[in-house]
Amino acid sequence: MTGIFPWLILFLPLLAAAGITLFALDHRAVSARLSIGAVVISFALSVALFVHGTRGETRFNWISLSDGAASWIVDIGLRLDPLSLMMLLVVTGVGSAIHIYSYGYMHDDPGVGRYFAGLSLFTFSMLGIVLATNFLMLFIFWELVGVSSWLLIGFWFERPAAADAAKKAFLTNRVGDFGFLLGIILVWAVLGTMDFGQLQKMMAANPALIGNSTIGIAGFLIFCGAAGKSAQFPLHVWLPDAMEGPTPVSALIHAATMVAAGVYMLCRVHFMLAADALEFIAWIGGITALLAALMAIQQNDIKRILAYSTLSQLGYMVMTVGLSGVGGNPSAAMFHLTTHAFFKALLFLGAGSVILALHHEQDIWKMGGLSKKMPVTFWTFMIATLALCGVPPFSGFFSKDEILATAQRTSPALFALGVAVAGLTTFYMFRLIFVAFTGPVKSQLPDHAHESPAVITLPLVALAVPSLLAGFWGIDRFYASQFGTGEAEAATGWVAQLTAPFAHAPGAAFGGLAAVVIGFLAAFALYWNKVQDPLPAMLGVVARWLRDRFYFDELYAKLIAATQDALATLADFVDRWLIAGLFVKGTHGSVELTGRLLRLVQTGNLQTYSLMFVAGVAVLLLFMLIR
Amino acid sequence: MLAWTIYISFLGAGLLTLLPRNSAALARRLALLTALAGLAVAVAGLIRFDPAAGTRMIADVPWIPALHIRYFLAADGISVTLVLLTGLAAVAGILFSWNIEQRTKEFFAFYLALIGGVYGVFLSFDLFLLFVFYEIAIIPKYFIIAIWGSTRREYGAMKLALYSFVGSAMVLIGMIAAFVVAGHLTGHYTFDLTVLARVPFPASFQRWAFPLVFIGFGILAGLWPFHTWAPTGHVAAPTAASMLLAGVVMKLGTYGCLRVAMTLFPAGVTMWRTEIAVLAVIGIVYGAMVALVQKDFKFVIGYSSVSHMGFVLLGLVTLNQIGLDGAVLQMFSHGILAGLLFGVVGRMVYDRTHTRELADLETMNLGRALPFAAVTFVIAAVASMGLPGFSGFVAELQVLVGAWSAFPKAAIAAGVGIVIGVAYLLRAVQRAFFSDMAARPVEAAAHHPLPPISWPERIGAGLLIAASLVVGLYPQVLLNVISPGVASLLEAMRKGGAL
Repeated sequence: MTGIFPWLILFLPLLAAAGITLFALDHRAVSARLSIGAVVISFALSVALFVHGTRGETRFNWISLSDGAASWIVDIGLRLDPLSLMMLLVVTGVGSAIHIYSYGYMHDDPGVGRYFAGLSLFTFSMLGIVLATNFLMLFIFWELVGVSSWLLIGFWFERPAAADAAKKAFLTNRVGDFGFLLGIILVWAVLGTMDFGQLQKMMAANPALIGNSTIGIAGFLIFCGAAGKSAQFPLHVWLPDAMEGPTPVSALIHAATMVAAGVYMLCRVHFMLAADALEFIAWIGGITALLAALMAIQQNDIKRILAYSTLSQLGYMVMTVGLSGVGGNPSAAMFHLTTHAFFKALLFLGAGSVILALHHEQDIWKMGGLSKKMPVTFWTFMIATLALCGVPPFSGFFSKDEILATAQRTSPALFALGVAVAGLTTFYMFRLIFVAFTGPVKSQLPDHAHESPAVITLPLVALAVPSLLAGFWGIDRFYASQFGTGEAEAATGWVAQLTAPFAHAPGAAFGGLAAVVIGFLAAFALYWNKVQDPLPAMLGVVARWLRDRFYFDELYAKLIAATQDALATLADFVDRWLIAGLFVKGTHGSVELTGRLLRLVQTGNLQTYSLMFVAGVAVLLLFMLIR
Repeated sequence: MLAWTIYISFLGAGLLTLLPRNSAALARRLALLTALAGLAVAVAGLIRFDPAAGTRMIADVPWIPALHIRYFLAADGISVTLVLLTGLAAVAGILFSWNIEQRTKEFFAFYLALIGGVYGVFLSFDLFLLFVFYEIAIIPKYFIIAIWGSTRREYGAMKLALYSFVGSAMVLIGMIAAFVVAGHLTGHYTFDLTVLARVPFPASFQRWAFPLVFIGFGILAGLWPFHTWAPTGHVAAPTAASMLLAGVVMKLGTYGCLRVAMTLFPAGVTMWRTEIAVLAVIGIVYGAMVALVQKDFKFVIGYSSVSHMGFVLLGLVTLNQIGLDGAVLQMFSHGILAGLLFGVVGRMVYDRTHTRELADLETMNLGRALPFAAVTFVIAAVASMGLPGFSGFVAELQVLVGAWSAFPKAAIAAGVGIVIGVAYLLRAVQRAFFSDMAARPVEAAAHHPLPPISWPERIGAGLLIAASLVVGLYPQVLLNVISPGVASLLEAMRKGGAL
């Protein structure tokens, strides 16, 4: 009975997307119902699978080629294990809340049908990544996710910024995916299979394989894919621009689920990442976390602040994967991924509620005083902020604490970096709260603001619950069972669970808390009741660098102009003037010239002909004599 | 039964010439009916094809006994696949030329003659017969472009014809040489491809005969640097002709490379495969690069064909099962997708806007004016850039996987070509359909609304998209017939000294 559930979970959103595209593009209510219905049913089925405790795989053969030496067999299959089951719940659960919210948010847009079709296509693709049993299938859905993200970022394609952002996201991801694909081919070339289960067995049976240099390189290449999708330095530039898409899209795709796919994939293939690759991954994650947090403190667009925050938190997760060590347990990364999905989606939806109330104003310096006008939005936003900062007992506290504890055990440098990022996070989030929600009103817009309707506030409340409580649900232990390492006995009771981190790794827990306090005090001192940002005056040029994102975008634009555009122009020149011009025209010209010269010989004059005839005979005779 | 594809097409072409003047509607219907009949035979051929039985004989009778030339038709999995491609492209091309009003019946007569020639090439197992069909296919192409073409049509047609004939001349020399040398060696003169493939040609002969024949066919496949006929030819040609040109005629080239050059001269392949792989990869990256800076919409697609055909050529010289399977699958896939892209650009856009300059199209708000064209082009573009679910992904991935074991560096460079492929297609999508300038009100478009997309166009686009999707979602449907064909060719090549 439950055998068909995974297939239904995967394909219902696709059916919805196809149904909307073919029949309901112009019917807003029908398209919304199809799309919401599909994801809610998928969620219900996922809950059923979770409760039932289903494990295992179902599959059928998709491609099968062989020529004796090598065989290339690819299955399409679905894999249920702790990792994918929990991810299913996150994607469909958070997805359900955001789908419903979208109905309120996009209600007046003429392209509602197209919107919901894209959203359902995305859900399908994301579920495919979660359930994939092998590298190639994962890559297939990986690309589909990229396309649906492209469609949704560019949803308002009439806006040049949106169209450019969509293109940038696609291209940057493709650069990462190029490495990913090479990595996959390399894995296949060395080990002869792409199936996760078989690969894991091989690695377990032969531990020396992890030291194989080719597999080490494959690990780096596979990480390229994760770096693209999870927007890690230096491929991070697309994510902030992706905020040009509708806000619910930012919440679902560019905060909660798709950008987490890179982390998920790294955990899925963690068994074949070598020590070098893991160290590299840890540092890239750490650098991303720090850079993004720094950039966030000088942004003024409410969605962009949240986007840099997402980058930074993704950096945390990637760092944790790297720090977990060969054959280690990266479940802390998955734990943070899960809690982050709840509270970051909530933050974006809250921001969307504000944006809607202010008629699409996104500059926090034109807001202020919203806490009284929009109490539900404010309090849920507050819960999410506290969770993001890592204040006990909110969910983020537990997951961030595990990350810091992992770092403390393995790398003092990255531990210090992690604590600093925690402080920065609190600073920029409370800057946002103090400027946008409290303090004086900074333009006329907030005067007319009022709380959003229930279709918007209900999803906010629904997401606030796990943002607050998810730390107590044992999600970390559930993930840990995937990696087979025995975790310490779980504490029982709420108080015991709350105090466990302090007893377990006091350095990490108190360090994190201290950072939060310092960050909060700094934000309070600088931004409480302010109408202007005092930082640029204090920091001068540094503030400008932070605001302009360390000029990465400009640097890349210059690099592309200097290399690829120049090469393309050169190639065009070669084609036009050298190949088509010189060689082809040259051949043409020399044939024509020969023709013209020979024509001179054909005068029609008998004397000329006889003269040439005699000359020819003479030359021939001479030739014979000399021989 | 497959031979009927040839006869039906020529019969249709003949009937069309007999129609009275001013019978355009009848001519269209007759042409469509003929192409549909051909497609039906091709589909039936695929379904009834038994991969386990190997090459299936169709007809074998003496034709010019004095020269040992026979009328020898047969089909293996590769032929069956390409015959199916031809059938699909032929039907779609007719649907996309439903609006041809000038000398309609002559157009379709030439068109069907071209199709008949193409079917003939894919089914001939006698080298001389293959060559005859190959030449038959070239002549109507010239007239179609020169009479019904657009931009610089005489130039484009002449350039295409000259390139084709240079290639043919090279093939002819190689062919006669093979005939004579094989006769000397074995005492048995024949053009039978299956027999010639078993002749142990001396290495010194293969060293020059292989590149001669391979490049001779390769010219038509857009092998760099002999590709320059392709963009100008595509641009000059009317829509249906560019669909066929990119869709099937370029495949004649790669098919010839595989069926003639590589099977006859396996030792030659081994000697020259690195050079060819280099040329193929240059074509992939270079075609994509040049496509990135084109100002003419059709030139973008024209150069993209050069790039995608590079994958076929690269797959051919991998000389392993996966790479060759990929090459044949890519022939099919590119045939479908290039047809679709040219259909959108030439018929849906150019015939309505009368411009292909991206700078002009930017101002026309085509995303709103022609939503069907925009959606179709987006689908074709993502399919062409290798989105999983469409045929291109499986085909190019197989070529990359196959190339990895033969030429790892080439595989990496080809991968770069895929990344650039995304860039030029996204650029074209954005500029032609969803430009930021399109937000401005345009007076001209408001006064003269563009004619809506007609049903033949919708059906043609749907047919091609469906074909690409079916193969993309379940590639085994074609791989089941392609693989055994490739396997037996490879087996023969190994015996003949390849690798």
